[in-house]
Amino acid sequence: MSFSTFIQHCLTGISLGGAYALISIGYTLVYGILLLINFAHADIFMMAGYFMIFAMASFPWQVAIPIVILATVVLGVVIERVAYKPLRNAPRMSVMISAIGVSYLLQNLATYLFSALPQGYPTIPPLKKVIQLGSVTTSLVTLITPVLTILLVILLMLLVRHSKFGMAMRAVSKDFETSQLMGIKINRVVSYTFAIGSALAAIGSILYFTDRMSVTPFSGTMPGLKCFVAAVLGGIGSIPGAMIGGFIIGITETFLVALGYSTYSDAVTFLFLIIILIVRPTGLLGEELTEKV
Amino acid sequence: MPLNKHRKLSPVLSLAALILLLVLLIILEQHQSSNRMAVAVLQKGAILAVAAVAMNLPNGFTGIFSLGMAGFMSIGAYITAILTIPTDTIESVYYISGVAGWVMNLKRALDVLPQPLLVLVALLIGGLIAALFAFLIGIPVLRFKSDYLAIATLGFSEIIRALVASPQLDRVTNGSYGLKNIPGFATASGSGVLLIPFAIAAVCIFIMILVINSSYGRAFKAIREDDIAAEAMGINLLKHKELSFVISSFFTAISGGMLAMYMRSIDSKTFQVALTYDILLIVVIGGMGSVTGSIISAFLITAAKEWWLRFFDQTLYIGNWQVPLLRTGFRMVVFSILLMVVVLFYRRGLMGDREFSWEDILGLPQRWRHRRVAIAAAKAEAAAPKDGGQNDA
Repeated sequence: MSFSTFIQHCLTGISLGGAYALISIGYTLVYGILLLINFAHADIFMMAGYFMIFAMASFPWQVAIPIVILATVVLGVVIERVAYKPLRNAPRMSVMISAIGVSYLLQNLATYLFSALPQGYPTIPPLKKVIQLGSVTTSLVTLITPVLTILLVILLMLLVRHSKFGMAMRAVSKDFETSQLMGIKINRVVSYTFAIGSALAAIGSILYFTDRMSVTPFSGTMPGLKCFVAAVLGGIGSIPGAMIGGFIIGITETFLVALGYSTYSDAVTFLFLIIILIVRPTGLLGEELTEKV
Repeated sequence: MPLNKHRKLSPVLSLAALILLLVLLIILEQHQSSNRMAVAVLQKGAILAVAAVAMNLPNGFTGIFSLGMAGFMSIGAYITAILTIPTDTIESVYYISGVAGWVMNLKRALDVLPQPLLVLVALLIGGLIAALFAFLIGIPVLRFKSDYLAIATLGFSEIIRALVASPQLDRVTNGSYGLKNIPGFATASGSGVLLIPFAIAAVCIFIMILVINSSYGRAFKAIREDDIAAEAMGINLLKHKELSFVISSFFTAISGGMLAMYMRSIDSKTFQVALTYDILLIVVIGGMGSVTGSIISAFLITAAKEWWLRFFDQTLYIGNWQVPLLRTGFRMVVFSILLMVVVLFYRRGLMGDREFSWEDILGLPQRWRHRRVAIAAAKAEAAAPKDGGQNDA
């Protein structure tokens, strides 16, 4: 592998990792608050891909992107209201089955509405612009993704650390019931959390699908699982952790594919999961939690 | 006492129902050419019943949320398929890259067995290898909390699917081309299309019921209710979870093998995560923790999905008016909405965690009568609130 191809793969990996990072933040925020693996998050990401196809059909990209983000946020919040809120006091397994049910519903709905055939993803002209860095040629999206990801993560961390809403969010994730007793409006915090997660998933989906070129009803499943693993890897509940996890998984995957082990690239992701859960269950940046009886 | 009478009656009724089912199956089998749909639905129902009960064992009875069903089913299906495809035509199935030498040698060695025995041996080998896999991945994975376990098992099933389709295994699994020419359930004379799958399913489910009713089964339920309390009572958590997981995987693989025989041709796309979700749908609708619930719902859902509600997927005209919404894919949307409705509003499913019993059915009129009397009494009390009101408050 020559130096320039190495750099090329690095860039691709970082770019993929950035998209993964944005999606895994959605998992980590929701898990931090509700202790729920939001299986539907992967399909929200997939639906955002379809929204983009339809938005770009009638609007220029400057208008289409906000529309897609808005539509995805609405979808995410509605899902939380309809499928998770009624089960707030139900056993954990019921909520998880509900999440799987939503994921199943979204996949089948997408198959019904848009057919199972891959639909071409529209090109957003500025993202596709080819640039030359020394001997490496790449499209602008590869460079924008990591920068955008890091910017969004910094923004989100400022929000969580320094705003009143962020304080409420941290309180809810520490102790659901006590924060309710302190007058925090739980349902509003949960809704906002889903809104943030979905918005980031929408941005992630634009960056991810611009590289992939097509969307199918099942194209969310695998990235979704990987991003959850990324969230666990970084330490569930931790935003910078999710970002680091996303980058690690994205770069590893790209290099495995580049070396010709594409069959095993998915397997390695789950190997990561098993190893991290055995060696360091709290993840790289996670906090120690004791289990209460 | 009427309830006592019912208790004496129930074995008789069960026997009668069993004989009736047997007669029905034999009649259907003899007229299979004119009842293709019914035969197919019953075959698939029996297969999914085994899978659903096997999924219920860890999920409903032990409280470990495992989503690896599709992976274990594909192990069983591929092993059964490879071992039962007739040796003389197997070259034509693997026409792209040929069969690995050791597979051929194994098949030649097994060819001394008569056909029905070969099928059984193939199913058992599939089950045992899946159980071995389950044992190995269970060692790390079953220590995790419920949600991590779900993701890890889901990931495992995707890994199996990727391995099966990988070019490295082309000469064993035929890679992405899949396997075909798998012999079906029927024997050479054409009989057994229904009796064979039903017999295998009955044996599998019977063994799982024995496990559930044994002391191991009680330990499983204790773990489901409260794992910390169960551990405090001296139940070895890991050992029992491992046992439940391994037994479940064994029977899941057998149902996978039967699925291969039912479908006659399989490829790695057959065993996507959606297959696990389909079985989860059956288990949830039947009731987590109810064997009979899973069986009833397996047949009901299969019949509805493959037969009664087929028209959802076809455009339909009444006169000149096209019925809206009906086109390919609508059926699955309806089923996913059904799953959501059950999860949100009828969390217990058809049976909850109770089992079907004749006593319940026969006792119904009596219980209704009691309830009517009780309601009438309550109304009478409400109509005369002189001293009752205070006591109630």
